[in-house]
Amino acid sequence: MSMNREGRPTRPEAADGAPATWTGNRALMLEEPLIFELGEEDGCGVDIEDIGSSGSRLSGLERNRPIGLPGLSEPQAVRHYTRLSRQNYAIDLGLFPLGSCTMKHNPRLCEKVARMPGFADIHPLQPVDTVQGALELIARLGGWLVKLTGMHSVAMSPKAGAHGELCGLLAIRAALEARGDAREVILVPESAHGTNPATAAFVGYRVESIPATDRGRVDFDALKARLGPDVAAVMITNPNTCGLFEPEMAEISRAVHDAGGLVYCDGANFNAIVGRVRPGDLGIDAMHINLHKTFSTPHGGGGPGSGPVVFSEALTPFAPLPFVEKQGDHFALVEEETAGEHHGSSFGRMVAFHGQMGMFTRALAYIMSHGADGLRQVSEDAVLNANYILRRLDDLLDAPFGDSGPCMHEALFSDKGFAGGLTTLDLAKGLIDEGFHPMTMYFPLVVHGAMLIEPTETESKAALDQFIGAVRSVAERAKAGDQSLKAAPVHAPRRRLDETLAARKPVLVWKDPPRAEAAE
Amino acid sequence: MRYLPLADSDRQEMLRVVGAGSIDELFVDVPEAARLQDKIEGLPDHLSEMGVERELARLSRRNLVAGDVPFFLGCGAYKHHIPASVDHLIQRGEFLTSYTPYQPEIAQGTLQALFEFQTQVARLYGCDVANASMYDGSTACWEAIGMARRITRRGKAILSSGLHPHYVSVAKTMARFTGDVLDTALPVLNAWTDTERLLNALDGETSCVVVQYPDIFGRIGDLSELAERAHGKGALLIAVVTEPVALGLIRSPGEMGADIVVGEGQSIGVGLNFGGPYVGLFATRDKYVRQMPGRLAGETVDAEGKRGFVLTLSTREQHIRREKATSNICTNSGLCALAFSIHMTLLGETGLRRLAGVNHARASAAAERLAAVPGIELVNPAFFNEFTLRLPREARPVVRSMAEKGVLGGVSLGRLYPGVEALERGLVVAVTETSTAEDVEALAAALEEALA
Repeated sequence: MSMNREGRPTRPEAADGAPATWTGNRALMLEEPLIFELGEEDGCGVDIEDIGSSGSRLSGLERNRPIGLPGLSEPQAVRHYTRLSRQNYAIDLGLFPLGSCTMKHNPRLCEKVARMPGFADIHPLQPVDTVQGALELIARLGGWLVKLTGMHSVAMSPKAGAHGELCGLLAIRAALEARGDAREVILVPESAHGTNPATAAFVGYRVESIPATDRGRVDFDALKARLGPDVAAVMITNPNTCGLFEPEMAEISRAVHDAGGLVYCDGANFNAIVGRVRPGDLGIDAMHINLHKTFSTPHGGGGPGSGPVVFSEALTPFAPLPFVEKQGDHFALVEEETAGEHHGSSFGRMVAFHGQMGMFTRALAYIMSHGADGLRQVSEDAVLNANYILRRLDDLLDAPFGDSGPCMHEALFSDKGFAGGLTTLDLAKGLIDEGFHPMTMYFPLVVHGAMLIEPTETESKAALDQFIGAVRSVAERAKAGDQSLKAAPVHAPRRRLDETLAARKPVLVWKDPPRAEAAE
Repeated sequence: MRYLPLADSDRQEMLRVVGAGSIDELFVDVPEAARLQDKIEGLPDHLSEMGVERELARLSRRNLVAGDVPFFLGCGAYKHHIPASVDHLIQRGEFLTSYTPYQPEIAQGTLQALFEFQTQVARLYGCDVANASMYDGSTACWEAIGMARRITRRGKAILSSGLHPHYVSVAKTMARFTGDVLDTALPVLNAWTDTERLLNALDGETSCVVVQYPDIFGRIGDLSELAERAHGKGALLIAVVTEPVALGLIRSPGEMGADIVVGEGQSIGVGLNFGGPYVGLFATRDKYVRQMPGRLAGETVDAEGKRGFVLTLSTREQHIRREKATSNICTNSGLCALAFSIHMTLLGETGLRRLAGVNHARASAAAERLAAVPGIELVNPAFFNEFTLRLPREARPVVRSMAEKGVLGGVSLGRLYPGVEALERGLVVAVTETSTAEDVEALAAALEEALA
């Protein structure tokens, strides 16, 4: 459907038998055109004087064609983006049970402190004497992360979880190369996040998959059998993506080390164990921490994330530059020039500057707000909430590993038992109509039709009960083969979208329609 | 605990439903030896909101704030005025606290904004398509080199000596592990960048030539010949833009024949933030879109035929392709991309051109004033809003001593190229709409004093 200049759909639709409206809007449900349909080339929402480019030193490179950027005045822009925002689901609106994503409440204090000019308005290349507070903040957050994980050191610069994985694997590869040990294979359990094999391949390793047991854990026997002089490392997620703790983690680490390899832990699920288990006690060599998960920096519709990596003593010399080091009362920034003397083994630089400072500020505010006592309560409540959901739904929904004991911070179900060709996707879309964001669908890959539910600790019992009621209602329809679910969602801003069409004929940018006068 | 809603009575009731006698029973899979019985030692307990704010405010005051002093730093991060409405809008909970739009029916706000963002970036860069953003400029630059390798099936990249040295460092780190060969060189403190060197190094093994525009010294030059010659050898031209405001005034790399244009978007909508989070921009030609890394929003229709947007072409991505993906990237820089897009919408064509005009005029005036300081020479005659000065002595101590007097007077090349004697007198000065004539006078006076 296209819009006319008034932002009105050319083909107004009626829904639920309600009469069509002239605008196509329905009360608070407002359609919004693109800025390219709303804006004008001379529209502008800022006051800047027009001084042209006379006396220019541009070497004859002046633009001679229009760019094609529409502008809006401030009131128009505020309305455009406010209207767009209302087409989004968000944690602020309700429970957001995406498994493995840890969608918890984002404290507004964290937003406030990140905007203090002393953090938000400083340049990454200012002389270090003028940014001592910022360096101290990075060092302090790093100190918390090291203590909470029981590891030896931390690299703060990785920009996101997958970037942290890259950091960990680069350190592992550098450490192996330093001892003249060219190994080629990385073992990854089949339940792993897609980023794990993608990262290993990116660093130049061959990826081999390790199966899971029927209790949802890494098959330790299969793993042991595969270890050998060609295995550089194993990448293990713990708690794993089935929402279960790997009870043999310490033994796995020992076996890998005995075979000359190293252990990478995907820390995406750290929220389940923060304050109760230190990965360092389980023989891990490197682990990334998604600050946007466990430490609640906002997901922002897909980033920015932040993925600091904690290292064992063995990997510490290979950590990336730059990093902050306390020297007496002074915080120093160790970069290429200063690294030479003490950190010559560093594998190098991963990003232009020092990492996601804006996320560090938020994460530290979150951590200080909870403290050592509160963080322990975080993991306890996260695990309790997930087990509550598991046990209130496992009579109705198939829970593939429900018999093997309690889960950690997320509960795994499948669509086994749905009738009439209905699947996980239909239940998910049915939940949208009930006012919830769906759970993670079809992941982990080891369970057919998987549904992974992670409530987090910031949900009240009342919110959980309402969510459980909604899932039960939709699941009963799915088990009865209620075909109306195939049409869900019917109450969302859009019905199901044609993803095949989007991929077959990609339209990735707006193209101006031919002007009417040009056609004449 | 203000962020934890469960009451003790809730916990008891829920444990009963779960069939556990205590919380400890839920951690039964954790071996006894690894289970911490108490709080981790040496870490403080929780603080009130007031307590946290007070402590962090104390730390923040130990930093010299860019907005409080005459400020002239650039080199990949620029101070621009950001309209108040940008920060207000990105703090709406529906943007701030939403996830990657995997359920498009309830994420049209994010998806439409990304589609608009992609279009703005593609047009600004003079390209056909852009992705939904990368982590930052330096990682986008490396991803572009990898993409050129996939397209050309060649492994030699020629990097201009005018490319930001941190971007070169990132590429070197990655190339060490991927086996790409990088042809690099240190810059020379002179008026023009090293096009000759790049042309001479071009051969049948070359996957791409990477140039920065404007470059690390602020120099600008026409890329057309380089593009033509690279194409003649079957190589791609990658252009890196660290100051997007420049493209309001000077021709885009895409127009001059660049095949992939990447860069840092921080200047528009995103503050300095001590280096992050920023937003990587990534654009290319239509024919290369399936080799492009990162997320993409695309237009489609819903079951009723209404226009809508989804994430698309995800068969390039790690969650589908696993070890065969074009990149391991998972997150983009969503909220920063939104801030970029809102600021760009407020500017529009008119505002961006005017903003660029003011930047250039202020920088031109500042260059003249500073070149009049005895002993100082202007290195590059052509620039946008950033230029390099040659001081009569090593610049790094000069920058430090000016900072002690409350003037943040630029980036010394000694900071960026430590130990390179031929560059140690270089000082890169960025002048934006936020720098006043009084600021320039303060810098001139500080330089005179420091050099006296």
